[in-house]
Amino acid sequence: MDDLGALIAPQIPRLRRYARALTGERGRADDLVQDTLERALGRFHLWRRGSDLRAWLFTIMHNLFVNQVRTADPLADGADLDTVTVAARGGPADVTDLLDLDAALRRLPDEHREVLLLVGLEQLSHQEAAAVLGVPLGTVMSRLSRARERLRRLMAGEPAPSVSLRVVK
Amino acid sequence: MSPIPVTEADLHAFLDGALPEARRGDVEAYLAAHPDEAARLAAYRQQIEGLRARFDTVLEEPVPERLAQVVQLPPRRPALLRVAAVSGWLVVGAAAGWLARGVEAPSPPRTVQIARDAALAHAVYVPEVRHPVEVAADQEEHLVAWLSKRLGGEVRAPQLTAQGFHLVGGRLLPGDAGPAAQFMYQDNSGRRLTLYVRTAATENQETAFRFTQEGGVRVFYWVDGPFGYALTGEIEREPLLRAANAVYAQFNP
Repeated sequence: MDDLGALIAPQIPRLRRYARALTGERGRADDLVQDTLERALGRFHLWRRGSDLRAWLFTIMHNLFVNQVRTADPLADGADLDTVTVAARGGPADVTDLLDLDAALRRLPDEHREVLLLVGLEQLSHQEAAAVLGVPLGTVMSRLSRARERLRRLMAGEPAPSVSLRVVK
Repeated sequence: MSPIPVTEADLHAFLDGALPEARRGDVEAYLAAHPDEAARLAAYRQQIEGLRARFDTVLEEPVPERLAQVVQLPPRRPALLRVAAVSGWLVVGAAAGWLARGVEAPSPPRTVQIARDAALAHAVYVPEVRHPVEVAADQEEHLVAWLSKRLGGEVRAPQLTAQGFHLVGGRLLPGDAGPAAQFMYQDNSGRRLTLYVRTAATENQETAFRFTQEGGVRVFYWVDGPFGYALTGEIEREPLLRAANAVYAQFNP
Protein backbone atom coordinates (compact mmCIF):
# COMPACT_ATOMS: atom_id res chain seq x y z
CA MET A 1 0.00 0.00 0.00
CA ASP A 2 2.97 2.26 0.64
CA ASP A 3 3.97 2.52 -3.00
CA LEU A 4 0.43 3.43 -4.07
CA GLY A 5 0.25 6.11 -1.42
CA ALA A 6 3.72 7.33 -2.33
CA LEU A 7 2.67 7.72 -5.96
CA ILE A 8 -0.56 9.53 -5.20
CA ALA A 9 0.56 11.73 -2.29
CA PRO A 10 2.51 14.25 -4.41
CA GLN A 11 -0.65 14.87 -6.44
CA ILE A 12 -2.68 16.05 -3.47
CA PRO A 13 -1.77 19.77 -3.63
CA ARG A 14 -2.83 20.03 -7.26
CA LEU A 15 -6.02 18.07 -6.64
CA ARG A 16 -6.78 20.48 -3.80
CA ARG A 17 -6.11 23.51 -5.99
CA TYR A 18 -8.47 22.27 -8.69
CA ALA A 19 -11.15 21.24 -6.21
CA ARG A 20 -10.95 24.61 -4.43
CA ALA A 21 -11.44 26.52 -7.66
CA LEU A 22 -14.15 24.12 -8.78
CA THR A 23 -16.28 24.19 -5.63
CA GLY A 24 -15.29 27.56 -4.20
CA GLU A 25 -15.38 26.19 -0.65
CA ARG A 26 -12.45 24.83 1.27
CA GLY A 27 -14.35 22.16 3.21
CA ARG A 28 -16.31 20.90 0.24
CA ALA A 29 -13.17 20.92 -1.89
CA ASP A 30 -11.24 18.79 0.59
CA ASP A 31 -14.21 16.42 0.88
CA LEU A 32 -14.02 15.99 -2.87
CA VAL A 33 -10.26 15.38 -2.71
CA GLN A 34 -10.73 12.83 0.05
CA ASP A 35 -13.38 10.96 -1.93
CA THR A 36 -11.10 11.05 -4.96
CA LEU A 37 -8.13 9.62 -3.05
CA GLU A 38 -10.20 6.85 -1.51
CA ARG A 39 -11.71 5.84 -4.81
CA ALA A 40 -8.31 5.98 -6.53
CA LEU A 41 -6.75 3.66 -3.95
CA GLY A 42 -9.71 1.29 -4.15
CA ARG A 43 -9.44 1.12 -7.92
CA PHE A 44 -5.72 1.43 -8.30
CA HIS A 45 -5.56 -1.81 -10.25
CA LEU A 46 -7.52 -0.03 -13.00
CA TRP A 47 -4.78 2.52 -13.51
CA ARG A 48 -2.47 1.60 -16.37
CA ARG A 49 1.08 2.02 -15.15
CA GLY A 50 2.91 4.49 -17.32
CA SER A 51 -0.21 6.46 -18.17
CA ASP A 52 -0.69 9.91 -16.68
CA LEU A 53 -1.62 9.44 -13.03
CA ARG A 54 -2.71 13.05 -12.59
CA ALA A 55 -5.13 12.89 -15.52
CA TRP A 56 -6.55 9.67 -14.10
CA LEU A 57 -7.07 11.32 -10.71
CA PHE A 58 -8.76 14.32 -12.33
CA THR A 59 -11.05 11.92 -14.19
CA ILE A 60 -12.09 10.31 -10.92
CA MET A 61 -12.64 13.73 -9.35
CA HIS A 62 -14.71 14.88 -12.33
CA ASN A 63 -16.98 11.83 -12.08
CA LEU A 64 -17.45 12.31 -8.34
CA PHE A 65 -18.15 16.00 -8.81
CA VAL A 66 -20.74 15.39 -11.51
CA ASN A 67 -22.47 12.78 -9.37
CA GLN A 68 -22.51 15.09 -6.35
CA VAL A 69 -24.02 17.91 -8.34
CA ARG A 70 -26.70 15.57 -9.71
CA THR A 71 -27.49 14.27 -6.24
CA ALA A 72 -27.64 17.75 -4.76
CA ASP A 73 -29.86 19.14 -7.50
CA PRO A 74 -32.01 16.60 -9.30
CA LEU A 75 -33.12 19.27 -11.72
CA ALA A 76 -29.57 19.61 -12.98
CA ASP A 77 -29.76 16.07 -14.22
CA GLY A 78 -30.76 16.17 -17.82
CA ALA A 79 -30.80 19.94 -18.05
CA ASP A 80 -28.71 20.73 -21.08
CA LEU A 81 -26.43 23.67 -21.28
CA ASP A 82 -28.83 25.76 -23.32
CA THR A 83 -31.45 25.56 -20.58
CA VAL A 84 -28.89 26.57 -18.00
CA THR A 85 -27.77 29.43 -20.20
CA VAL A 86 -31.26 30.81 -20.59
CA ALA A 87 -31.91 30.56 -16.87
CA ALA A 88 -28.67 32.31 -16.04
CA ARG A 89 -29.37 35.12 -18.46
CA GLY A 90 -32.66 36.04 -16.92
CA GLY A 91 -31.59 35.36 -13.35
CA PRO A 92 -29.35 37.03 -10.86
CA ALA A 93 -26.33 36.33 -13.03
CA ASP A 94 -27.42 39.11 -15.31
CA VAL A 95 -25.88 41.81 -13.20
CA THR A 96 -23.95 44.64 -14.71
CA ASP A 97 -21.60 45.07 -11.75
CA LEU A 98 -18.03 44.03 -12.09
CA LEU A 99 -17.55 40.67 -10.46
CA ASP A 100 -14.37 39.45 -8.88
CA LEU A 101 -12.90 36.19 -10.07
CA ASP A 102 -14.44 34.03 -7.33
CA ALA A 103 -17.92 35.40 -7.87
CA ALA A 104 -17.61 35.21 -11.64
CA LEU A 105 -16.49 31.57 -11.47
CA ARG A 106 -19.55 30.75 -9.36
CA ARG A 107 -21.79 32.11 -12.11
CA LEU A 108 -20.38 29.78 -14.73
CA PRO A 109 -22.17 26.51 -15.50
CA ASP A 110 -20.23 23.59 -14.03
CA GLU A 111 -19.23 22.31 -17.46
CA HIS A 112 -17.73 25.67 -18.33
CA ARG A 113 -15.93 26.05 -15.03
CA GLU A 114 -14.43 22.57 -15.28
CA VAL A 115 -12.93 23.01 -18.72
CA LEU A 116 -11.74 26.52 -17.94
CA LEU A 117 -9.91 25.31 -14.83
CA LEU A 118 -8.48 22.12 -16.31
CA VAL A 119 -6.96 24.02 -19.21
CA GLY A 120 -6.20 27.41 -17.66
CA LEU A 121 -5.32 26.56 -14.08
CA GLU A 122 -4.14 22.95 -14.33
CA GLN A 123 -2.54 23.38 -17.75
CA LEU A 124 -3.97 20.19 -19.19
CA SER A 125 -3.83 19.94 -22.96
CA HIS A 126 -7.16 20.14 -24.78
CA GLN A 127 -6.92 16.41 -25.51
CA GLU A 128 -6.23 15.60 -21.85
CA ALA A 129 -9.17 17.74 -20.78
CA ALA A 130 -11.38 15.89 -23.27
CA ALA A 131 -10.28 12.55 -21.80
CA VAL A 132 -10.83 13.71 -18.22
CA LEU A 133 -14.30 15.06 -19.00
CA GLY A 134 -15.21 12.14 -21.25
CA VAL A 135 -16.28 14.38 -24.16
CA PRO A 136 -14.98 14.83 -27.71
CA LEU A 137 -12.24 17.36 -28.38
CA GLY A 138 -14.66 19.55 -30.32
CA THR A 139 -16.88 19.80 -27.25
CA VAL A 140 -13.92 20.89 -25.16
CA MET A 141 -13.07 23.59 -27.68
CA SER A 142 -16.62 24.96 -27.86
CA ARG A 143 -17.06 24.86 -24.08
CA LEU A 144 -13.69 26.52 -23.57
CA SER A 145 -14.60 29.25 -26.02
CA ARG A 146 -17.94 29.91 -24.36
CA ALA A 147 -16.53 29.68 -20.85
CA ARG A 148 -13.77 32.19 -21.51
CA GLU A 149 -16.10 34.64 -23.19
CA ARG A 150 -18.68 34.30 -20.45
CA LEU A 151 -16.11 34.83 -17.73
CA ARG A 152 -14.70 37.82 -19.56
CA ARG A 153 -18.12 39.43 -19.79
CA LEU A 154 -18.97 38.69 -16.18
CA MET A 155 -15.77 40.28 -14.98
CA ALA A 156 -16.13 43.25 -17.32
CA GLY A 157 -19.73 43.82 -16.23
CA GLU A 158 -21.04 43.20 -19.73
CA PRO A 159 -24.30 41.34 -20.29
CA ALA A 160 -24.12 37.79 -21.53
CA PRO A 161 -23.80 37.54 -25.32
CA SER A 162 -27.13 37.60 -27.04
CA VAL A 163 -25.88 35.85 -30.11
CA SER A 164 -23.87 32.68 -30.16
CA LEU A 165 -20.18 32.92 -30.76
CA ARG A 166 -18.75 32.02 -34.08
CA VAL A 167 -19.05 28.37 -34.84
CA VAL A 168 -16.05 26.36 -33.86
CA LYS A 169 -14.82 23.64 -36.14
CA MET B 1 -3.88 37.51 -45.25
CA SER B 2 -3.66 33.89 -44.33
CA PRO B 3 -4.81 31.35 -46.90
CA ILE B 4 -6.70 29.34 -44.26
CA PRO B 5 -9.19 31.33 -42.14
CA VAL B 6 -8.29 31.55 -38.47
CA THR B 7 -10.95 29.79 -36.39
CA GLU B 8 -12.05 30.25 -32.80
CA ALA B 9 -10.34 26.94 -32.00
CA ASP B 10 -7.10 28.27 -33.48
CA LEU B 11 -7.24 31.27 -31.15
CA HIS B 12 -7.63 29.07 -28.07
CA ALA B 13 -4.94 26.68 -29.24
CA PHE B 14 -2.69 29.73 -29.73
CA LEU B 15 -3.50 30.95 -26.24
CA ASP B 16 -2.83 27.54 -24.69
CA GLY B 17 0.40 26.96 -26.58
CA ALA B 18 -1.09 24.10 -28.57
CA LEU B 19 -0.96 25.63 -32.02
CA PRO B 20 1.49 24.05 -34.48
CA GLU B 21 4.52 26.24 -35.14
CA ALA B 22 3.59 26.60 -38.82
CA ARG B 23 0.18 28.06 -37.97
CA ARG B 24 1.36 30.57 -35.39
CA GLY B 25 2.33 33.24 -37.91
CA ASP B 26 -1.18 33.13 -39.41
CA VAL B 27 -2.78 33.77 -36.04
CA GLU B 28 -0.34 36.56 -35.19
CA ALA B 29 -1.11 38.23 -38.50
CA TYR B 30 -4.84 37.83 -37.87
CA LEU B 31 -4.57 39.40 -34.41
CA ALA B 32 -2.48 42.29 -35.77
CA ALA B 33 -5.24 42.98 -38.29
CA HIS B 34 -8.07 42.62 -35.73
CA PRO B 35 -7.33 44.64 -32.60
CA ASP B 36 -10.69 43.72 -31.03
CA GLU B 37 -9.84 40.06 -31.29
CA ALA B 38 -6.37 40.74 -29.90
CA ALA B 39 -7.99 42.50 -26.94
CA ARG B 40 -10.34 39.58 -26.38
CA LEU B 41 -7.45 37.16 -26.35
CA ALA B 42 -5.52 39.41 -23.99
CA ALA B 43 -8.49 39.29 -21.60
CA TYR B 44 -8.45 35.49 -21.74
CA ARG B 45 -4.75 35.50 -21.00
CA GLN B 46 -5.46 37.68 -17.97
CA GLN B 47 -8.06 35.14 -16.82
CA ILE B 48 -5.44 32.41 -16.80
CA GLU B 49 -3.01 34.60 -14.88
CA GLY B 50 -5.80 35.60 -12.49
CA LEU B 51 -6.73 31.97 -11.84
CA ARG B 52 -3.16 31.06 -11.04
CA ALA B 53 -2.65 34.09 -8.83
CA ARG B 54 -5.84 33.30 -6.97
CA PHE B 55 -5.45 29.52 -6.53
CA ASP B 56 -1.72 28.77 -6.65
CA THR B 57 -1.60 29.60 -2.95
CA VAL B 58 -3.48 26.34 -2.31
CA LEU B 59 -0.35 24.50 -3.47
CA GLU B 60 1.58 26.06 -0.59
CA GLU B 61 -0.93 25.10 2.09
CA PRO B 62 0.01 22.16 4.29
CA VAL B 63 -1.96 19.06 3.29
CA PRO B 64 -4.74 18.50 5.86
CA GLU B 65 -4.15 15.52 8.11
CA ARG B 66 -7.31 13.72 6.99
CA LEU B 67 -6.10 13.72 3.40
CA ALA B 68 -2.56 12.65 4.28
CA GLN B 69 -4.02 9.76 6.23
CA VAL B 70 -5.93 8.43 3.24
CA VAL B 71 -2.78 7.73 1.25
CA GLN B 72 -0.95 6.26 4.22
CA LEU B 73 -3.66 3.76 5.10
CA PRO B 74 -5.75 1.53 2.89
CA PRO B 75 -9.31 2.79 2.69
CA ARG B 76 -11.02 -0.36 3.89
CA ARG B 77 -10.19 -2.02 7.14
CA PRO B 78 -10.63 -5.67 6.04
CA ALA B 79 -8.05 -5.07 3.32
CA LEU B 80 -5.66 -3.70 5.90
CA LEU B 81 -6.11 -6.75 8.11
CA ARG B 82 -5.51 -9.09 5.20
CA VAL B 83 -2.35 -7.28 4.20
CA ALA B 84 -1.13 -7.30 7.78
CA ALA B 85 -1.81 -11.01 8.08
CA VAL B 86 0.11 -11.86 4.93
CA SER B 87 2.90 -9.43 5.81
CA GLY B 88 3.29 -11.46 8.98
CA TRP B 89 3.54 -14.58 6.90
CA LEU B 90 6.14 -12.95 4.74
CA VAL B 91 8.27 -12.08 7.75
CA VAL B 92 7.93 -15.60 9.13
CA GLY B 93 8.72 -17.08 5.73
CA ALA B 94 11.74 -14.86 5.23
CA ALA B 95 13.04 -15.66 8.72
CA ALA B 96 12.52 -19.38 8.17
CA GLY B 97 14.30 -19.16 4.85
CA TRP B 98 17.19 -17.31 6.41
CA LEU B 99 17.50 -19.78 9.28
CA ALA B 100 17.34 -22.69 6.87
CA ARG B 101 20.15 -21.20 4.83
CA GLY B 102 22.95 -22.44 7.05
CA VAL B 103 21.51 -25.93 7.24
CA GLU B 104 20.69 -26.54 3.62
CA ALA B 105 22.96 -26.95 0.67
CA PRO B 106 24.24 -23.74 -0.95
CA SER B 107 21.76 -24.12 -3.83
CA PRO B 108 18.68 -21.94 -3.33
CA PRO B 109 15.81 -23.47 -1.33
CA ARG B 110 13.31 -25.24 -3.51
CA THR B 111 10.62 -22.76 -2.64
CA VAL B 112 12.77 -19.96 -4.04
CA GLN B 113 13.50 -22.06 -7.10
CA ILE B 114 9.79 -22.32 -7.88
CA ALA B 115 9.49 -18.53 -7.97
CA ARG B 116 12.37 -18.32 -10.44
CA ASP B 117 11.01 -21.10 -12.65
CA ALA B 118 7.54 -19.57 -12.54
CA ALA B 119 8.84 -16.10 -13.44
CA LEU B 120 10.81 -17.59 -16.32
CA ALA B 121 7.83 -19.54 -17.65
CA HIS B 122 5.69 -16.43 -17.25
CA ALA B 123 8.17 -14.33 -19.25
CA VAL B 124 8.33 -16.94 -22.02
CA TYR B 125 4.61 -17.57 -22.57
CA VAL B 126 2.80 -14.38 -21.56
CA PRO B 127 3.91 -12.39 -24.63
CA GLU B 128 2.61 -15.18 -26.92
CA VAL B 129 -0.28 -13.94 -29.00
CA ARG B 130 -1.15 -17.02 -31.07
CA HIS B 131 -0.06 -19.86 -28.79
CA PRO B 132 -0.16 -18.66 -25.19
CA VAL B 133 -1.52 -22.04 -24.00
CA GLU B 134 -1.52 -25.66 -25.14
CA VAL B 135 -5.10 -26.34 -24.11
CA ALA B 136 -7.58 -23.48 -24.10
CA ALA B 137 -10.11 -22.70 -21.39
CA ASP B 138 -13.00 -24.01 -23.50
CA GLN B 139 -11.58 -27.48 -22.83
CA GLU B 140 -11.01 -26.85 -19.14
CA GLU B 141 -12.19 -30.29 -18.07
CA HIS B 142 -9.71 -31.98 -20.38
CA LEU B 143 -6.96 -29.54 -19.36
CA VAL B 144 -7.43 -30.21 -15.67
CA ALA B 145 -7.66 -33.99 -16.09
CA TRP B 146 -4.55 -34.05 -18.23
CA LEU B 147 -2.43 -31.90 -15.90
CA SER B 148 -3.69 -33.77 -12.83
CA LYS B 149 -2.58 -37.05 -14.40
CA ARG B 150 0.85 -35.71 -15.31
CA LEU B 151 1.47 -34.06 -11.94
CA GLY B 152 0.22 -37.11 -10.06
CA GLY B 153 -2.42 -35.35 -7.97
CA GLU B 154 -5.63 -33.41 -8.37
CA VAL B 155 -4.87 -30.04 -9.97
CA ARG B 156 -7.60 -27.46 -10.51
CA ALA B 157 -7.70 -24.15 -12.33
CA PRO B 158 -8.95 -21.66 -9.74
CA GLN B 159 -11.46 -18.95 -10.69
CA LEU B 160 -10.11 -15.40 -10.68
CA THR B 161 -13.12 -13.73 -12.26
CA ALA B 162 -13.81 -11.77 -9.06
CA GLN B 163 -10.34 -10.26 -9.51
CA GLY B 164 -11.14 -9.44 -13.13
CA PHE B 165 -9.14 -12.28 -14.70
CA HIS B 166 -10.55 -15.12 -16.77
CA LEU B 167 -8.85 -18.40 -17.60
CA VAL B 168 -7.09 -18.49 -20.98
CA GLY B 169 -5.92 -22.07 -20.65
CA GLY B 170 -2.87 -24.01 -19.55
CA ARG B 171 0.19 -25.97 -20.55
CA LEU B 172 2.56 -28.63 -19.30
CA LEU B 173 6.12 -27.56 -18.51
CA PRO B 174 9.30 -29.25 -17.32
CA GLY B 175 9.87 -28.53 -13.62
CA ASP B 176 13.03 -29.04 -11.62
CA ALA B 177 11.92 -32.51 -10.47
CA GLY B 178 9.22 -33.56 -12.91
CA PRO B 179 6.34 -32.00 -14.75
CA ALA B 180 4.87 -28.63 -13.86
CA ALA B 181 1.64 -26.93 -14.94
CA GLN B 182 1.01 -23.36 -15.97
CA PHE B 183 -2.46 -21.79 -16.00
CA MET B 184 -2.80 -18.47 -17.74
CA TYR B 185 -5.36 -15.77 -16.95
CA GLN B 186 -6.15 -12.50 -18.67
CA ASP B 187 -8.18 -9.42 -17.82
CA ASN B 188 -10.17 -7.18 -20.14
CA SER B 189 -7.22 -4.89 -20.73
CA GLY B 190 -5.07 -7.83 -21.84
CA ARG B 191 -2.92 -8.10 -18.72
CA ARG B 192 -1.98 -11.68 -17.90
CA LEU B 193 -1.33 -13.65 -14.75
CA THR B 194 0.13 -17.14 -14.63
CA LEU B 195 -0.28 -19.72 -11.91
CA TYR B 196 2.60 -22.18 -11.86
CA VAL B 197 1.98 -25.48 -10.06
CA ARG B 198 4.30 -28.38 -9.38
CA THR B 199 4.75 -31.14 -6.86
CA ALA B 200 6.30 -30.07 -3.59
CA ALA B 201 9.07 -31.99 -1.86
CA THR B 202 7.36 -34.39 0.52
CA GLU B 203 9.26 -33.10 3.54
CA ASN B 204 8.03 -29.60 2.84
CA GLN B 205 4.38 -29.22 3.86
CA GLU B 206 4.46 -25.62 5.08
CA THR B 207 1.94 -23.05 4.01
CA ALA B 208 3.37 -19.58 3.76
CA PHE B 209 3.04 -16.77 1.27
CA ARG B 210 6.30 -15.33 0.06
CA PHE B 211 6.87 -12.49 -2.31
CA THR B 212 9.62 -11.71 -4.73
CA GLN B 213 10.03 -9.23 -7.52
CA GLU B 214 12.22 -9.27 -10.59
CA GLY B 215 11.97 -5.97 -12.41
CA GLY B 216 8.27 -5.43 -13.05
CA VAL B 217 7.43 -9.12 -12.57
CA ARG B 218 6.00 -9.91 -9.15
CA VAL B 219 5.57 -13.38 -7.73
CA PHE B 220 3.66 -14.67 -4.72
CA TYR B 221 4.63 -18.26 -4.02
CA TRP B 222 3.72 -20.81 -1.40
CA VAL B 223 3.61 -24.51 -0.65
CA ASP B 224 0.30 -26.10 0.15
CA GLY B 225 0.09 -29.85 0.71
CA PRO B 226 1.38 -31.84 -2.26
CA PHE B 227 1.98 -28.83 -4.52
CA GLY B 228 4.03 -25.71 -4.68
CA TYR B 229 2.32 -22.69 -6.27
CA ALA B 230 3.58 -19.45 -7.75
CA LEU B 231 1.29 -16.68 -9.00
CA THR B 232 3.11 -14.31 -11.31
CA GLY B 233 2.10 -11.05 -12.94
CA GLU B 234 3.22 -7.61 -13.97
CA ILE B 235 0.45 -6.00 -11.95
CA GLU B 236 0.75 -4.12 -8.67
CA ARG B 237 1.52 -6.06 -5.56
CA GLU B 238 -1.89 -5.47 -3.95
CA PRO B 239 -4.09 -6.87 -6.72
CA LEU B 240 -1.64 -9.74 -7.18
CA LEU B 241 -1.90 -10.49 -3.48
CA ARG B 242 -5.70 -10.45 -3.69
CA ALA B 243 -5.50 -12.95 -6.54
CA ALA B 244 -3.06 -15.14 -4.58
CA ASN B 245 -5.44 -15.07 -1.62
CA ALA B 246 -8.26 -16.12 -3.92
CA VAL B 247 -6.24 -19.05 -5.28
CA TYR B 248 -5.29 -20.17 -1.81
CA ALA B 249 -8.85 -19.86 -0.54
CA GLN B 250 -10.19 -22.02 -3.38
CA PHE B 251 -7.78 -24.84 -2.56
CA ASN B 252 -8.59 -24.51 1.17
CA PRO B 253 -12.36 -24.00 1.33
